[in-house]
Amino acid sequence: MQTTLKKRLEIVIEAPVIDRLRRVLDDKGVSGYTIIPAVAGRGRHGRWNREGEISDTGRMMVLFAIIDPSELDDMLAAVYAVLSRQIGIVSVSDVQVVRDDHFRRTSRADT
Amino acid sequence: MDVFDLAAANLISPPILFFLLGLMAALVRSDLAIPEAVAKGISIYLVMAIGFKGGAEMAASPLVAAALAIVAGIVLSAALPFISFGALRATSRLPRVDAAAIAAHYGSISIVTFIAASDAGMAMGLAAAGFMVAVAAAMEAPAIFSGLALAGRREGEGGGTMIREIAFNGSIVLLIGAFAIGWATGERGMAMVQPFFGDIFRGVLCLFLLDMGLVAGRGLRRSAGKLDWRVLVHGLYMPLIGAALGLGLAALIGLEPGSAALLMTLAASASYIAVPAAMRLALPEADPSVSLTLSLGITFPFNLVFGIPIYFAAAQWALG
Repeated sequence: MQTTLKKRLEIVIEAPVIDRLRRVLDDKGVSGYTIIPAVAGRGRHGRWNREGEISDTGRMMVLFAIIDPSELDDMLAAVYAVLSRQIGIVSVSDVQVVRDDHFRRTSRADT
Repeated sequence: MDVFDLAAANLISPPILFFLLGLMAALVRSDLAIPEAVAKGISIYLVMAIGFKGGAEMAASPLVAAALAIVAGIVLSAALPFISFGALRATSRLPRVDAAAIAAHYGSISIVTFIAASDAGMAMGLAAAGFMVAVAAAMEAPAIFSGLALAGRREGEGGGTMIREIAFNGSIVLLIGAFAIGWATGERGMAMVQPFFGDIFRGVLCLFLLDMGLVAGRGLRRSAGKLDWRVLVHGLYMPLIGAALGLGLAALIGLEPGSAALLMTLAASASYIAVPAAMRLALPEADPSVSLTLSLGITFPFNLVFGIPIYFAAAQWALG
């Protein structure tokens, strides 16, 4: 089967900031992304656990997006502008996708 | 009732005992837990019920008194962060941005503390005016702007978005909306929903405070040991300063003891929902664990167990 090389952007970010991040991806015309809640973890700010948090402040979310390698630098710069002062992790990895046309950048995604 | 009778009546009430049960369960690392969705549903019910009841009682409240109380609340919310910030900077080595973030928490309010105090007031026969619900809603946001000013920040990019997020956060929309519905439907409306908003209210409050005890206990266990004692005691003296200022303003505008005690409670309480989220957006360099531990792990239990009876006793003594 034909596959195409893409970049997978994975961002672990504190929940209050997730809407700002979505706006950046929408404005950049990313064809799609997925957000899931993180359950628990540990990082530079210590251990955290979704359970027992009264507000979004102590919660973390994970966002995945698949983009074209040619868009990576532009996308990382935009994401970094939002997240540089926040708690979180940004990582990029190579992935193969089977339907290349599903990951074409749009003029501006519907929000 | 003197202060000891009030304290005893408050301490042995089911809501407070369930809160202490949750606190103890968390501290001994019990696996007791209230599912997240259930806790969220209960908090929606409580805010809706307290808003509706406040609105339904508005018919008996003079509008001038309501307006004065709302202005007093806004003044307290905007001014208290400056006192909190000054005290923290004078007594601790906290960075400016952390002190400003904590200060914003202490100007804003805890709606759960307000609900518990309203319930305690009714149990003591010191019911408050319905407009105190509107005062609670008005006190949520001004402190955030004081906190930003103290940190030396302008609202800048995204300021408009942040104002919208604060003004229309779910709790505020529900509180004001339920208040308006209660006001519009009055006593007749209250009679129609009495079994839901009245009869089961205290039982649901017990369940919610059990969860809040678990949350506060877990927060304390996780972070209290990491905090400097000079910062920790801020969570104990700041509510008393806020309550004293609340009492002064209540006397100035002529509130009766029940409403005065609620204004004191609002001034004494610290936010742990709206302000922490706003601070993560506006002051991301501030360490959220410090301010949350103080507001939720120290000030919230202090107010619930000791503060509320003190505020009612002081209001009754000064204004009764």
